[in-house]
Amino acid sequence: MADPQSNPVAYVSGRAATQGRVSGLHARFMLFAPYRWFHGMLSRTGLSSRTLVIMVPYLWLLMFFLAPFLIVLKISFSEVLIARPPYSALFEMVDDTYLQLRLNLENYLLLLEDDLYWKAYLSSIRIAAISTLITLLVGYPIAYAMARAPRQWRLTLLMAVILPFWTSFLIRVYAWIGILKKEGLMNLFLMKIGLIEQPLTLLNTDIAVFIGIVYSYLPFMVLPLYANLEKMDESLLEAASDLGCKPLKAFWKITLPLSIPGIVAGCFLVFIPAVGEFVIPDLLGGSDTLMIGKTLWAEFFNNRDWPLSSAVAVLLLLLLIVPIMIFQRVQQKQGGVG
Amino acid sequence: MNRGFTWFNGVSLVLGFGFLYLPILLLIVYSFNESKLVTVWAGFSTKWYGALLENQGLLDAAWVTFRVAFVSSTVATILGLVAGLMLSRFGAFRGRVLFSGMIYAPLVMPEVITGLSLLLMFVAISFDRGFVTVTIAHITFSMCYVAVVVQSRLISFDRSIEEAAMDLGCPPGRTFLLITLPVIMPAIVSGWLLSFTLSLDDLVIASFTTGPGATTLPMKIYSQVRLGVTPEINAVSTILVGIVAVGVVIASVLAKRDEARRAQDERLAAAAP
Amino acid sequence: MTEAGGAPRHKTVEPWNDPGQSPYIQIAGVSKRFGAFVAVDNVSVDIFKGEFFALLGPSGCGKTTLLRMLAGFEEPSQGRIMLEGEDMSTVPPYQRPVNMMFQSYALFPHMTVESNIAFGLKQDRVPKDEIVRRVAEMIQLVQLDDFAKRKPHQLSGGQRQRVALARSLVKKPKMLLLDEPLGALDKKLREQTQFELMNIQEELGITFVIVTHDQEEAMTVSSRIAVMDHGRIIQVATPAEIYEYPNSRYVAEFIGDVNTLEGRITQLGTDFIEIKSAQAACRIRAGHGVEAPVGGAVWVAIRPEKLNISVTPPDDTSVNCMRGEVWDIGYLGNLSIYHVRLESGQMVTSCLTNQTRLVERAITWEDSVYLTWAPSSCVVLTG
Repeated sequence: MADPQSNPVAYVSGRAATQGRVSGLHARFMLFAPYRWFHGMLSRTGLSSRTLVIMVPYLWLLMFFLAPFLIVLKISFSEVLIARPPYSALFEMVDDTYLQLRLNLENYLLLLEDDLYWKAYLSSIRIAAISTLITLLVGYPIAYAMARAPRQWRLTLLMAVILPFWTSFLIRVYAWIGILKKEGLMNLFLMKIGLIEQPLTLLNTDIAVFIGIVYSYLPFMVLPLYANLEKMDESLLEAASDLGCKPLKAFWKITLPLSIPGIVAGCFLVFIPAVGEFVIPDLLGGSDTLMIGKTLWAEFFNNRDWPLSSAVAVLLLLLLIVPIMIFQRVQQKQGGVG
Repeated sequence: MNRGFTWFNGVSLVLGFGFLYLPILLLIVYSFNESKLVTVWAGFSTKWYGALLENQGLLDAAWVTFRVAFVSSTVATILGLVAGLMLSRFGAFRGRVLFSGMIYAPLVMPEVITGLSLLLMFVAISFDRGFVTVTIAHITFSMCYVAVVVQSRLISFDRSIEEAAMDLGCPPGRTFLLITLPVIMPAIVSGWLLSFTLSLDDLVIASFTTGPGATTLPMKIYSQVRLGVTPEINAVSTILVGIVAVGVVIASVLAKRDEARRAQDERLAAAAP
Repeated sequence: MTEAGGAPRHKTVEPWNDPGQSPYIQIAGVSKRFGAFVAVDNVSVDIFKGEFFALLGPSGCGKTTLLRMLAGFEEPSQGRIMLEGEDMSTVPPYQRPVNMMFQSYALFPHMTVESNIAFGLKQDRVPKDEIVRRVAEMIQLVQLDDFAKRKPHQLSGGQRQRVALARSLVKKPKMLLLDEPLGALDKKLREQTQFELMNIQEELGITFVIVTHDQEEAMTVSSRIAVMDHGRIIQVATPAEIYEYPNSRYVAEFIGDVNTLEGRITQLGTDFIEIKSAQAACRIRAGHGVEAPVGGAVWVAIRPEKLNISVTPPDDTSVNCMRGEVWDIGYLGNLSIYHVRLESGQMVTSCLTNQTRLVERAITWEDSVYLTWAPSSCVVLTG
């Protein structure tokens, strides 16, 4: 290859070639009108193509996420009208000279006065909290067993936990109707083994809602728990048993405390969506099962009271912001440590 | 590790997976029931599947759902890819906090709120509701999922391979196309699949944002479910579950074969000098 | 492939001592700050064509940042980097005639060995048949003929390292930068690869700049070493000079083992100086001068292998002779290390080649011993 004295030759054209190619491409594209127009716009506004790339998803989210939410906020302060759209304007021109802001707090007052609403809020939290606890109790042994399973099984088990998540949520909830109803499979089974004589009322009760939430959100609990338990160093338990700690006690003293980050993550991942859940209480719960998502839906679709349902939405969000913030804090802290 | 695998763990797994899969299995079994009554087994039959083919409303809804899912997941993947890149690569740009807030918020936002707010906005700008609005709504939340998937892939991405490409004379834009994109492609594909299933699955947001002529399959199923359990819905559900199951099984078999080949390659490589 | 490849290695050319030679790469007053942190602090050094130049230092000393500035991944906050007299400071990496071999190898995981190596040539629109030819040459050079169609994950660590090397050499860069190139290899393979690197470097005549924290590696491969600490270059010299004549305690202690004894100058002769050290409890005579006045505080550095150990006293026990007791013995097989406690309480080490079997060892624990050395084998340091 070479005489050590000779100059390396690959770079004869190095810098010039690259630049030439880029500007050549540009020149060729300039033949097309849209590119020319686009380029002209860009250079007039002084925007770089990088800024433009940033702007598309940014604008999209501003338009379809932030703006709609501001509109909800706005409508929650207006009055219901039988019109199109069925709510009053927030700003009104008075005598064509000044703008009048009419904040209507009636919707919020109604939410506070009518105990239906705040009961629905409290009941949402209660149902979500109880379901989260049950999910934890059901999910922990599963995650633990998965993490201790032989290594070659683990990937398959993990897939098996995730698989239901990919199938339709609605269908999974629907499947329980057939099981829980009065002449359903659960009652059939319980009567067959002689545990009960009369069929139990399971469907359209809070119990059915608990079952539905636990069933639907179980993967959200198992996955973070598994991730946590799986990476736990088993030599810690060996050290504990070497120092004379019995297995059950080692679990209490070592495994459980170390898995707290997983428990916290799992609980938030179940609790937060469960509070605003609509499908499960609607299909499995009874008419006395109060959940705020259901109330909002009814206010909107049945009563067509848009301002009131907007106010319900705003308050629901305020309710959720606290756990969401705490969750983010916890995650960040863990991220910082890990 | 086997030492820790006791009878307790075995029972947990059996009960846990039984709980996860039994309802779906029962649903599938009863979709082949001759009787209209769900609880009475009256012999094997595929007549409910036949009935589906005659249910034009259901077929229309399925077609709408598929189109919405395809368009929304494709657009969401592109937007989500850009958003994921912005979050992990663009450093501090103006409004970054707001942007990452807007990416993460839809993931925890109750669907009823997302749906309601989008609907109210479409009304406010008097945009006719239908196929387009449902698609826009699905793009909005799907792109956030894609962004998160892409971002987490980019975080674990060894940036020195991009530097190596530039060092070898490849300008930044081309480095992205030739190196970054192919390497993160699996994440992009799974982002697309995730968007697709989320869109197929969505009832609440679609119910808010849809208009006449754009009834999706979940909406159709929901309105029938409210009237009670029917074998027909069982049959639809079985088909949907079947499609997903086949897809996931194929994907995991491929992944497993890939894994096995990789492991073999690595053994081979380790044996070499 | 060339006569240089077969011939034994001679290192008689020393362009840095030749005033007629102009430097190939000039690093002139280069600093790099990240916020308040100064990673590289006013570094100036000249590198000559065909050199195998090592940047040596502990992790965080700024050596990698300096290398990344040479590659163009970082822009200097201050100063200039010149290549053949042309300022490179602001030229982006993809336009520099410089290639880099990454610590992680940074092989493209989705490309075969061949396409990895061909990548750089394709970027320069080299004609197809030439790409094929040059890639084949490279694959042969690094002995990967049987692996051309494999992907990186199908290769062992040593093979990946060779692909990375081939990929960075195929463009025949004016300078090859190597960032801890052998760090991921095990010891045996690393030593073998060091010699391969040296052969390839001589064969191609490309200037190599290597970053390493491994002093043995730097000593083995390089023509000159720059020892760095806290963003500064402490000393630039050939491996032998660095070892025999370190310019500071930092360099002496960083390269190899050393005993340092504190003392004060008592006499400045024409070709020697004399030092009194309380730690040594004797007069120390050193063979060469130092820029310090009589009475100035200095350190005397003596390498363990230059310290003779014996149970019988020498003729003159007043100069360069310390007494102590054997505290501990480390047996390394080829040599033994004696930790000796001096009468002042100071510990020093001396090492002896084990020319006889272990059982016949003359010196053992708690023996009273004499440590002596020649005036020419110690170095006097002022800082």
